[in-house]
Amino acid sequence: MNVAANPAPAVEEPIIKCVGLQKWYGAVHALKNVDFHAARGEVIGLVGDNGAGKSTLIKILSGVHTQDKGEIFIEGRSVSITGPEVAMGLGIETIYQYTAMVPEMSIAQNFFIGREPLKFGRPGFGIVDREKMAREAMEGLRGVGLHLRGADTPVKALSGGQRQGVAIARAMHFRSKVLILDEPTNHLSVKETNKVLDHVVELKGLGVTSIFISHNLHHIHPISDRIVAMARGEKIADLPASEISVDEMTRMIS
Amino acid sequence: MKPSVRNLMARPEMAALLIFFALLVVFSVLNDRFFTTGNMTVYLQPIPEIAIVAMGITILIIAGEFDLSVGSVFGLSPMVTVLLMQNGWPTAAAILVGLLIAALIGFGNGLITLKLKIPSFIATLGMLFMARSLAVVLAGGFPPIFPRELNVSWLVGRLDLGLVTPRVSLLYMIAIALVLGFVLRRMDFGHWIFATGGHPQAARDMGIKTKRVKMACFMLCAALAGFAGIIQSFRVKVIVPNLGTGLEMQAIAAAVIGGVALTGGVGSILGAVVGTLLIAMIENILILSGVNANWFMFAVGAMIVVAVVLNTQTRLKAEGMKG
Repeated sequence: MNVAANPAPAVEEPIIKCVGLQKWYGAVHALKNVDFHAARGEVIGLVGDNGAGKSTLIKILSGVHTQDKGEIFIEGRSVSITGPEVAMGLGIETIYQYTAMVPEMSIAQNFFIGREPLKFGRPGFGIVDREKMAREAMEGLRGVGLHLRGADTPVKALSGGQRQGVAIARAMHFRSKVLILDEPTNHLSVKETNKVLDHVVELKGLGVTSIFISHNLHHIHPISDRIVAMARGEKIADLPASEISVDEMTRMIS
Repeated sequence: MKPSVRNLMARPEMAALLIFFALLVVFSVLNDRFFTTGNMTVYLQPIPEIAIVAMGITILIIAGEFDLSVGSVFGLSPMVTVLLMQNGWPTAAAILVGLLIAALIGFGNGLITLKLKIPSFIATLGMLFMARSLAVVLAGGFPPIFPRELNVSWLVGRLDLGLVTPRVSLLYMIAIALVLGFVLRRMDFGHWIFATGGHPQAARDMGIKTKRVKMACFMLCAALAGFAGIIQSFRVKVIVPNLGTGLEMQAIAAAVIGGVALTGGVGSILGAVVGTLLIAMIENILILSGVNANWFMFAVGAMIVVAVVLNTQTRLKAEGMKG
C-alpha cells in the first residue's frame, strides 16, 4: 500500500490552492494566515491536535464556514465557497466522521440527497427518477466494492463501515476532484478502516485529490504523499510523507 | 419473511391501519347502528376538517418542527374570510385573503423559530394565543353573521354516493392527501423534508437549505389549518371566534397515532388520515353507545399510547429481521 513513493506530478496548476486564509470565531483566531495547496491525485494527510485549526480549514473548503480573509483557487480560478452546495458544485466532496447520512432514508435516497435526478421539473420542484436513483446507487456501490442487498435498504440497517462506503461511493458518483475525509475511520473496525484507506488509494489512481484528517497517524502516514501539520491555527509543517516518520509526527503535533 | 412484507411492516402508519380495521369490525359487531349509511354519513362529516390540519402538522413534524397554533389559525382564517364577505368582497377573494393570513401566521412561526432560534413548541404556543386573540378582536365582541344565502355547495354540499352522502369537502381532503403524498414520496422537495427532519446536520452538509424547507412547511401547515377552518365554518354556516379551540391537540393526536415520530424524519400522509378516522370513530361509537362523553378523551389518550407502542414494536421487529 506504499503509494507515497510515487508522488503526484507537481508541474501542473494545483487543483486547490488557498492563500492567506484567516478565520475568527468571536475573539478566537482559529486560522492564522494559512496557505495550502494540493495537486491532482495527491493524498495529503492533515494532522494536528484538537483546536489546531485543521477542522476550521476543511470546514471552509467544504462550505460549512466561510473565511474572513484570504482567497481560494480551484484549478487556478478564484472561487467563493458560500455553502456546501457551492463546494459540491466545484467538485469538492466531504466524507464526514458521522457519514452525513439520514438513517431513516434508503441508500438510494441518501446517495442523492439534495441533488436527486429528476424525471420532470427543476431542483426543488421536480419529480425524482427513482429507477435511475436505485440503478446508479447500486452501480456506485459496486464501484467501491460494496455489494449490498438493495438500494431500498434504510441506511440505519448498515454498519458504520458500510455507511462510510456509501458516502465514498456517493462522493465518487458526483465526480469529485477533491475529497475531504474528516476523521472517516473513527468508530470503525480495523477491517473497515483498511477498506476506507484502500478506497483513498484507489481514488488516487483515478486522479482524485484527497485531504485526509485523522487522529490516528498510523492511518494517515502510509497512504499520504504529503503531510501538513497544524498547531494553534497555523501551518507548522508541510513536507513529503517520506521525509517524516510517525514518531516524528507525533512529537511535532503534541 | 419477505423483504416486501418487512417494508410494509416498517411503514409508519401500519399500526394505525391495523387498529382502524380491527375497531371497524369490533364496533360493527358490538353495535348494529354503527355500520349503517346514516351513521357513516355523520361519521365522515367532520373528517376532512381535522384530517387536513393533521396532514399539515404531519409534514411539519416530519421536517422536525411543531405547530400548536393550528387551532387558532383554524378560527382566524374563516373569521377574516367571513368579515370580508360581509363587507361585500367576492367569496373567492375573501377565501384567498383568509388563506394568505394563515400562511402569514405560518411565516411568523417560521421566522420566530428559525431566525430567533426559539423552539417551535414555544414560538407556536405564543402564536396560539396571539392568533386566537386576533380572531376575538376582529369579531369585535359580536361575531359576524354568516351570509346564509351564500352558495357553499361547491365546498361542503352533499355528495350523493348512493349509500352514504358525505360532504364535497371529503373530495378536497382526498385531493390534498394525494398531492401531499406525491410531494413527500415522489418529489425532491419531499426528500428534503424527510432529510431535514431525519438528520438536520446531514441535510445541511449535503447542501439542503433546511431553513427554507422548514419555512415552507410552517407556511403550508398554517395555510392548511386555515383552509380546514374555512371548510368547517362554511359547513356549519357560523363563525365564532373560538372556532377550533383545542383542535391542535386532536390534530397532533391524529398525526401521532398515524405514526409520525416527534423526533422528525418519519411519518406519512396516509397516517394522518387514518389517525383522524380513528379518533373520530372512537367519538362516534361512544356517542352511539350512549356512553358518558367524558370518556372520549380517555379513549383518545389510550389510543395514542397503544398506537405508538404498537408502532415502535412493529418497527423494531421489522428492523430485527435483516434478510
